[in-house]
Amino acid sequence: MIPTLLGAATLAFFLLRIVPGDICEVRFGGVEGGVYNKDAVEICREQNHLNKPLTVQFQKFITGIVTFEFGDSMWSRSPISEGLAHRFPLSIQLTVMAMVVSILIGIPLGVLAALRQDTWIDYTARSFSIVGIAMPSFWLGMMIIVGLLISTHQFFDQPWMPPLQYTSFFDDPLTNLSQMIWPALAVGYRFSASLTRWTRSALLEVLREDYVRTAKAKGLFRTIVIRRHALKNAMLPVVTVLGMEFAALLSGLVVVEQVFNLNGIGKWFVLAVDNHDFTVTQTLVLLFAAIFVVTNFVVDLIYAWLDPRIHYS
Amino acid sequence: MTTPEMTTTEDWNRLPPPPSMAARILSFIRVKRLGAFGAGIILIMIFMAVFADVVSPHDPLENNYAKFLEAPDLENWLGTDRFGRDILSRIIHGSRTALFIGILSAFIGATTGLILGLMSGYFGGTFDLLFMRFIDLFMAFPPLILVMAIVATFGNEPHFVIAAISFSIIPDATRIVRATSLQVRRIPYVDAAIAMGYSHKRIILRHMLPNVMATYLIIATGAVGGAILAEAALSFLGLGVSEPIPAWGLMLQGGTDESITGVYWTSVFPGLAIALAVFGFFVFGDALRDVLDPRLRRG
Repeated sequence: MIPTLLGAATLAFFLLRIVPGDICEVRFGGVEGGVYNKDAVEICREQNHLNKPLTVQFQKFITGIVTFEFGDSMWSRSPISEGLAHRFPLSIQLTVMAMVVSILIGIPLGVLAALRQDTWIDYTARSFSIVGIAMPSFWLGMMIIVGLLISTHQFFDQPWMPPLQYTSFFDDPLTNLSQMIWPALAVGYRFSASLTRWTRSALLEVLREDYVRTAKAKGLFRTIVIRRHALKNAMLPVVTVLGMEFAALLSGLVVVEQVFNLNGIGKWFVLAVDNHDFTVTQTLVLLFAAIFVVTNFVVDLIYAWLDPRIHYS
Repeated sequence: MTTPEMTTTEDWNRLPPPPSMAARILSFIRVKRLGAFGAGIILIMIFMAVFADVVSPHDPLENNYAKFLEAPDLENWLGTDRFGRDILSRIIHGSRTALFIGILSAFIGATTGLILGLMSGYFGGTFDLLFMRFIDLFMAFPPLILVMAIVATFGNEPHFVIAAISFSIIPDATRIVRATSLQVRRIPYVDAAIAMGYSHKRIILRHMLPNVMATYLIIATGAVGGAILAEAALSFLGLGVSEPIPAWGLMLQGGTDESITGVYWTSVFPGLAIALAVFGFFVFGDALRDVLDPRLRRG
């Protein structure tokens, strides 16, 4: 885990610096024909340590990670940890909500499709999930906003759309949810698709096992057989998908946060990338990678706990 | 008393000839209706992209100063955007951008994955181990984040966008191809070929490659859908191709603000185009996988 993260950090750091051009040029360099303020650029580079050798900058970055002091944003000059404290809770909340949405849609739909294999229910469930993968979630978000506006206008004569100003869940849960539920729906639906497919195929596989036939032959109720014998075992691969999804969801929010004007880490990342804000970009890239790696690790642990046959030596 | 039947050359000659290409396509359509539907969408898209200049009713770059953000009417079937450009024509021309970037980056990504996966699977040992660790490194980044970081560093010219998207396809493609070629590697004829003293190049190209070709085709088709989505997301964020090139993701930019004022057509139709195209490639890829290699089925 640690070597992967260290490698990821190195990659993130050098990827950003392969090509000349930095935040100081974005700020003071001006476009072609504009005024090129050389002194300002130099001062800016000095402030951001951009005139130091790469090895020194890299060392600073790595020690920063290890000590959890990420330094300051090159763009706003405020500490990155402060920005993270502001934005991370929002993104995490959204991720968790989207995850819940995708579980609520994906697992029942997958179970239904498996139990009614090759009927119209199966086909509808599968088409529904393919449509979910095909639609860009940011577009779905836009459509939700438009749909809300039109339908509220039609039925209540008063157009309503989710608030654009963020309210913390702990200040006003209702306002917070009325804002967050829509992006969560947009992203959650998209990610429910893979969940539906995995649940369906895993359940179908388990239903063909001998012990399910035995359970049925014993005269157990169908619901008990499905719930206790089949579903429990079918959930194993689904847990893996869920774990991998968590990290993918977090990065999928990058675009959706833009649509709903939510100030999460996704929006911050786009801003940082646009501004050549190296410190923020590399920290966020590493954060995404870390979440990815850590969730995979946790999934492995859960997997071994759920299925005692699996051993990690 | 009947004698046990023996297969003779004559019997072989009496076997029905292998189905022709047309017959195989027909049976594909009959068995895989959804996949055939996807193939239909893809064909229409290719047609639109090739004959964009003929098919589209207006010039996609022409500004009609009399009509800004006009609702769909007889002249502009899908309305006009904020620069007075015909949306239908821009969608038709946008299929060029989507197909060009989608197909090219899927092809480059999947082919690189094919080469790397084949080599890793064939040579095995330390090379395989080190190489897979290296691939794991890239797997640690969520694909879209990787693409954005690359485009941000190198710039958003189309060739960099293609490079970035294909780069994000490589890790997955490599791993899948490697898994298949490891299976092929264990089949005795590869060992036989080695014993015959054939060169690595010949064994990889003549003995291994044909057996992973199905996997490769499936990955490549599926990747096109993903690449179109990635391209749309990039240009929506302003990191992909830039105006005035017609691109679906770009057309959606600012769509939220406009839809709030009741202008739905600038955001609905380009998004539908993206969804339909990606849908086509995904279902076609799925059907292709079922037909070519059912073992790869995963859900």
